[in-house]
Amino acid sequence: MTAPLVDIRNVSHRFGQLAVLKDVSLRIEPGSYTILLGPSGSGKTTLLSILGGFVTPSEGKVFIRGEDCTSVPPARRPTTTVFQDYALFPHMSVGGNVGFGLRMQGVDGATRAARAREALALVGLAAAFDKKPHQLSGGQRQRVALARALVIEPAVLLLDEPLGALDLKLRRQMQDELKAIQKRVGTAFIHVTHDQEEAMALADHCVVMNDGRIEDEGPPERVYARPSTRFAATFMGESTILSGTVAEAKGGTATVATPIGSVCVPGAAQAGAQVALAIRPEHLVLGANEGGVGLGMAKISDVVFQGSFKRVLATSTVDAALRFIAKAPASATVQTGDTVAISCQAGDMILLAN
Amino acid sequence: MRQSVRIVSWLYALAVYGFIFLPVVVLVLFSLQSTSFPIPPFTGPSLRWYEAVLSDARLTSALVNSLLVASISSLAAVTLGFLCAWGFARFVLPGSGLLRGLITLPLTVSYLIIGMGLLVLFNWAGVPKSLLAAGIGHVVINLPLCFAIIYSQMGDHQINIERAARDLGAPEWKVLLLITVPVMAPAIFAGFFLSMTFSWDEFVISFLLTRFDTTLPVEIWNLLRSGLNPKTNAVGSLVFAVSIVLVVLFELTLLRRRKT
Repeated sequence: MTAPLVDIRNVSHRFGQLAVLKDVSLRIEPGSYTILLGPSGSGKTTLLSILGGFVTPSEGKVFIRGEDCTSVPPARRPTTTVFQDYALFPHMSVGGNVGFGLRMQGVDGATRAARAREALALVGLAAAFDKKPHQLSGGQRQRVALARALVIEPAVLLLDEPLGALDLKLRRQMQDELKAIQKRVGTAFIHVTHDQEEAMALADHCVVMNDGRIEDEGPPERVYARPSTRFAATFMGESTILSGTVAEAKGGTATVATPIGSVCVPGAAQAGAQVALAIRPEHLVLGANEGGVGLGMAKISDVVFQGSFKRVLATSTVDAALRFIAKAPASATVQTGDTVAISCQAGDMILLAN
Repeated sequence: MRQSVRIVSWLYALAVYGFIFLPVVVLVLFSLQSTSFPIPPFTGPSLRWYEAVLSDARLTSALVNSLLVASISSLAAVTLGFLCAWGFARFVLPGSGLLRGLITLPLTVSYLIIGMGLLVLFNWAGVPKSLLAAGIGHVVINLPLCFAIIYSQMGDHQINIERAARDLGAPEWKVLLLITVPVMAPAIFAGFFLSMTFSWDEFVISFLLTRFDTTLPVEIWNLLRSGLNPKTNAVGSLVFAVSIVLVVLFELTLLRRRKT
């Protein structure tokens, strides 16, 4: 077992009275692409600032390559940051920007220029060497910021909502390129975002944060298929949440009493515990109920055509507080106002402690 | 009706600009007089009084003194003002608002009071009356101005740029010299040129704090004591011309700032 590249141990941080991080521990493996995913105010950006050295945590330690970096200033730690607003030096050429880190290391001009050109070629901007930042588009500035941070070969590259300022199409395109660049250079990337699609597309390791805590972490496929908390189930992709009380639990199966009746699901739980059952939209079946778990009738309140599928919102006729979010095929003939039976497979229901 | 409103407004504008510029126009016009008295009728144009000014050793040395005092004191004022602004903008200081107010306070105090204060202080400290003393006086009046101009332009958007430089390994003095100063250059130049303008034609402090070597405004005042002649007009016009150049430079640097 190799030592983790980054080891965050029991980090807490307060801004005045406000606790923004509450006892966070996280390990990051070399060469991995880690996404910190969470809504604003979840503490993800503060955690990134602590890794970058811009903020010293109130409690806890940060080890990078086995060294205690908790209060090492940004200049002397093996991390570089790509800022959300890119923070390019407006008075320097693109080449000057990319070469700045090497200049600070005392690398001579010719070597600096050669390595800056290499880094620019890596991000597909070889031709921009002599331009000024204001002559570039948003996406190009983003690449320059990336090249500037990568050229000094950091152990960890930190990206603070790097795609936040780009329009949707460019964002998806840059997303693919980021992943490709990361695979090519092999540097560990830690990337902060509130966009769950971005997280699923990029992450090797996805960390879902909420209210200063890590709610769930792991490969995005696992976090999506088997979220470990109710928050993760609703923030990383959508879910229908069915609340209930465990009536009986034995042999790896729990019987949960819910407003729409008793439901048997696989999973371990204590009898009498308050639980939530999460169901992904693609697992809900509208109409005919064959061999699944019946979830009662629901009145469709909205149908949104999304191209390859229809997103259906429905309210249970039994319990008005229960809202279903389902994904129906694009060819489905459901309409707003219809009342349909809803069901799903027992195995697709995720049992979550409340 | 509308026609007469137009005429009246034109007349009004003419009167306002006349009121402001007539003294200067008269000064410049009679500096070109060819006879010995700067009073109508106009007998020029002639450059003989400009020649007289430039061949007057006292006036030319005063002119050089003025330029030296203006440029060196402005350099000092803009450097100190920049450092103050950077300190206030980037660090959380106790009583920051009060301290900022104190720094800009000299802007509201009359030059006469500042000059008298410095005179008393230098007298007590044993600093003789000199160009250096006057230069220090000019730093006192121009530092608050430079501070105010630079501080107003030092926004939060530069904080991340400085952070990025630190992140890439720059020590603090390199961050200042390679990043903050170039990014703030328009405000720094604007502060410098405005300080030059004020120092260049400042009279009261120079009058109180210099003795043998003195600045141009003080020398002009000496000249005026022996009565009006076109030579005083000529040297006054020169002072005015330099001021105009400095103000134009100030405006240009500020304008460039707004465009980017």
